[in-house]
Amino acid sequence: MKWFISHETIRSPFLKTLEKDCGEKISHCYQCGKCSAGCPISYQMDYLPNQIIRMVQLGMEEQVLSSKTIWLCASCLTCTSRCPRQINVAEIMDYLRRRAYTKHMTPPGEIEVPLFNKIFLRNIELHGRLFELGLIGMFNLLSGKFFKDVALAPRMFLKRKIGLFPHKINNSKEVKEIFKKSGKLGRARRDKLWQPKLLFLNLSRKLIERIERLK
Amino acid sequence: MKYAYYPGCSLHSTAKEYDLSTREVAKALGIELIEIPDWICCGATPAHITMHLLSLALPVKNIIKARAMGSYEIVTCCAACFSRLKTANYFMRTDDEHRQKVEQIVGEPYKGEVKVRHFLDVLVNDFGLKNLKGNLVKELKGLKVACYYGCLLTRPPEITELDDLEDPHLIDDLMRTIGVEPVQWPYKTECCGASFSLTKTDIVLKLSCDILQMAYDEGAQAIVVACPLCQSNLDLRQSTINKKYKKDFNLPIFYFTQLIGLALGIDGKKLGLDKHIVPPAALLGEKDKLAKI
Repeated sequence: MKWFISHETIRSPFLKTLEKDCGEKISHCYQCGKCSAGCPISYQMDYLPNQIIRMVQLGMEEQVLSSKTIWLCASCLTCTSRCPRQINVAEIMDYLRRRAYTKHMTPPGEIEVPLFNKIFLRNIELHGRLFELGLIGMFNLLSGKFFKDVALAPRMFLKRKIGLFPHKINNSKEVKEIFKKSGKLGRARRDKLWQPKLLFLNLSRKLIERIERLK
Repeated sequence: MKYAYYPGCSLHSTAKEYDLSTREVAKALGIELIEIPDWICCGATPAHITMHLLSLALPVKNIIKARAMGSYEIVTCCAACFSRLKTANYFMRTDDEHRQKVEQIVGEPYKGEVKVRHFLDVLVNDFGLKNLKGNLVKELKGLKVACYYGCLLTRPPEITELDDLEDPHLIDDLMRTIGVEPVQWPYKTECCGASFSLTKTDIVLKLSCDILQMAYDEGAQAIVVACPLCQSNLDLRQSTINKKYKKDFNLPIFYFTQLIGLALGIDGKKLGLDKHIVPPAALLGEKDKLAKI
């Protein structure tokens, strides 16, 4: 793909803010490509991890934040532990995801991961410990894949691997307090789970996908 | 030996057998594990992707709870919890700016002085392989397994400080001690897709299929793991993998504690061997008449 990189892009403060915020020296990267070679999910990515790093170096914030790659990173840390320049690539991916999420720049095809994260965290905030059934149910409902993994459910119940009710702990107030305070201190985006607009968008997207497959 | 035990959410639901077998093994060996009262979730992957401070505050809260018990070492079994607790500790030790913010959130000073250990580490380095050998009731001879460590036990090495980065050997050592033969295979630390189990199932199926295939090709009859997410991806999704990629895998996925438990003469049911989706009875029944499952 060819890009025209403008003077403003190269001079944008993106690289400097990123280096300051996550303490990683991205400018040290010399493009050896070891991160991409070891990445187990690179086969699905639109840009390879080393390309993302190069794009950050060139200040291409918009392209980086709207890429699929950052949402496909599984945080397996292979890149981080193999980087010869001691750059924590996985931490940079985390940072980019957080930034894309706060700036509402998630690509339309990659809604699952941010949605899952949101549901997961709300689940913990509510119960203190993860309530799997609630997580799976809520995720299926809000992502529009109602019957995903339903075939696996009976076995999970029979083996008593998944509970019908959330675990009870005595200090749920304490957990809520931690969420509230860290949200405030970190200036994180914390919006509601039930957004009719989002639900509608997801459902229509699923419908269009299905129609396209039928064609 | 006394430790504060942090089981984590998975060990109370999808990985119940890991919790059961850990407690049984610890009891049999005289290692005292006291569960941290009212522990909360460590935030796992979603927390560090969404809110950095939260991903440090949740583990620190748990560590502070353990400190209040008067115990200075926490033992955990879940690889993800282990990684999050260790990472939080590392930040509290080395990064003043983050430490001040986290202290403000949890409302207590903490400088990362509580040690976080994995149960593997405790068994091999505190209890000792020689000691373990002396406690064995029987050896599980004739069983060939692939020891699978996954991502978070060894990476990044400066934070986890557990084992060799690219060729870890703690589970292999334990297996050799109880008479099981570990195969040499290159996928010890490959990723199974872990947290994408629900969101990007296709990726998980492909990565897990590769792992199962490699283990099978190297002649393993089962895979031994130390992480609840690896186990559920390889075990629960094995039938889907067989269907999708037209394979015929029938590899039981054990936790290392379950096999040690068997070698210590503990009943299979107490170790949760009946909770596996791929039934291990045929394999163990052949090798070991005592395991009644």
